[in-house]
Amino acid sequence: MTEMTQLDSGVKNSNAEGAQTKEVLLNLGPQHPSTHGVLRLVMQMEGEKIVDLDVIIGYLHRGNEKLCESFTYTQIIPLTDRLDYLCQPSNNLAYVRAVEKLLGIEAPERGQYIRVMMTELSRISGHLLISGALPMDLGAITTLLYVMREREMIMDLMEMATGARMHSSYIRVGGIREDLPEGFTERMQEFCHIFRQRMADYETLVAKNRMFLKRTKGIGVITAEEAIDWGLSGPCLRASGVDWDLRRDNPYEVYDRLQFKVIVREGGDCYDRWRCRMDEMLESLNMIEQCLAQMPSDGPVKVDIPQIAFPGDKAKVQSSMESLIHQFQLSAYGFKVPAGEAYSSIEAPKGELGFYIISDGSEKPFRVKIRAPSFVNLQVLNAIAKRCYLADVIAIVGSLDPVMKEVDK
Amino acid sequence: MLDSTLLNTITESYADYIIHGVDTSDGFPCLEVECHNIAEFCAKLKQDPKLQFNFLSDICGVDYYPKTPRFEVVYHLYSITYKYRLRLKCKLAEEEKIPTVTSVWRTANWHEREAFDMYGIIFYNHPDLRRIYLWDGFEGYPQRKDFPLRGYRDEYNPFGEDSPSNDQGWSH
Repeated sequence: MTEMTQLDSGVKNSNAEGAQTKEVLLNLGPQHPSTHGVLRLVMQMEGEKIVDLDVIIGYLHRGNEKLCESFTYTQIIPLTDRLDYLCQPSNNLAYVRAVEKLLGIEAPERGQYIRVMMTELSRISGHLLISGALPMDLGAITTLLYVMREREMIMDLMEMATGARMHSSYIRVGGIREDLPEGFTERMQEFCHIFRQRMADYETLVAKNRMFLKRTKGIGVITAEEAIDWGLSGPCLRASGVDWDLRRDNPYEVYDRLQFKVIVREGGDCYDRWRCRMDEMLESLNMIEQCLAQMPSDGPVKVDIPQIAFPGDKAKVQSSMESLIHQFQLSAYGFKVPAGEAYSSIEAPKGELGFYIISDGSEKPFRVKIRAPSFVNLQVLNAIAKRCYLADVIAIVGSLDPVMKEVDK
Repeated sequence: MLDSTLLNTITESYADYIIHGVDTSDGFPCLEVECHNIAEFCAKLKQDPKLQFNFLSDICGVDYYPKTPRFEVVYHLYSITYKYRLRLKCKLAEEEKIPTVTSVWRTANWHEREAFDMYGIIFYNHPDLRRIYLWDGFEGYPQRKDFPLRGYRDEYNPFGEDSPSNDQGWSH
């Protein structure tokens, strides 16, 4: 399970009884099921207590930011899919909004509603998986199997709307790729109905599980000041009692028209972070239902600018010469973005996901910086793990919910 | 507070630190700051009760090669109390160093390590400045504009480009 090496020059400490203890260096990961990917921790241990901890990342580093500089603005969208691979629409949205800011355009109303709906659906998918994976890390494997059942329904919905289960690239510059298929609304309503009932199952399965509570309550406590200082965002920050949610405080898309509660908890421990995600899933369900009710039943889903977005009606391309030229230009060369810079951030499931784009006026960005929430959130591990036992580190990593592909960019 | 009022408040109180305001296409309040002052200025922005920039969103390195000054470090600040944002920019010459802001926000630690790893920008007084994504023996700084996308040819990378001579601005 873990590889243990004893340091030759281990520091010798003596406790009150005069017995000698030796510090050992313990290596966890990078290939370890409870590290949610390829996270490596090198821990200086004194007995079972952690004295010092070093977080080593970069095993999945693909140089996304460098790659972006040689891709056109449309080609970057699939790259963003592969950041937080549990919640692709959120990543697409954050990136696309930064480009739209540079272009000075906005998606049509129906497009915005669909964007918000898909983002919230993906939030459920992301939160659901970690809500099941955290108990699994602590020994309750059953939960993960149950969450996969619900996640499969989300995957089916994604497939129905986008044609892909995982890397959908559904949200495009100027709107979304295409309108929702027939029968989607009914399927979504059915999902909301079923999922709400299943949430009650988790209450009895996990939230009343004594073993789970013992392993998470009071473990890995982060105070509000610490959380802000370490730059935490999303459920990790709100679990520490900081009432901040970009969807409410700096609303984007149609979030200002939706009614929702921002879940804030006071404890700041592993349980609160888990609880925060569970409650947020119900809020996301409410938002999806509101979107379905408020959404205009007809209308464009992407901007009508042939240089930026493919025409909604494909037949146009086959009948009009000008449309054909635009289609070819857009597919082959992309579109030019005015010189300038833009920072846009959204409330992704893991926290504040920001894209900072510098454009030099060409079809390719000059610089793309990704403010990945998992990367920032993981950093706090260094500070909080120093006070606890080895077994607690597993719970803390799980509760911080890092997605290593996003951490390593 | 409106962005223009915010900028006026900051420029009035801290004129000494600011070189000039920067017009941005996205209307983001943006200031250019002298690089050796950045840590002191950030501490003031954080402590000022009217501003309270207590949250550091991001630190970003930019390479404008072959222009001079070559590098730029961009800070995105946020105030959780008042919900507004601010962008700070520092221009850096190739060999110039910049003070760390880890003493102001501890989250800056990994952001600065990333900028060092990718651009070779040195943040002095940083508690632990080493590579974060790449391994210790890696040569060069991959996100610099003069670093080829495919990397340099070596035993692990047969498709890379030929190593340049050191007079082309690339150093170990």
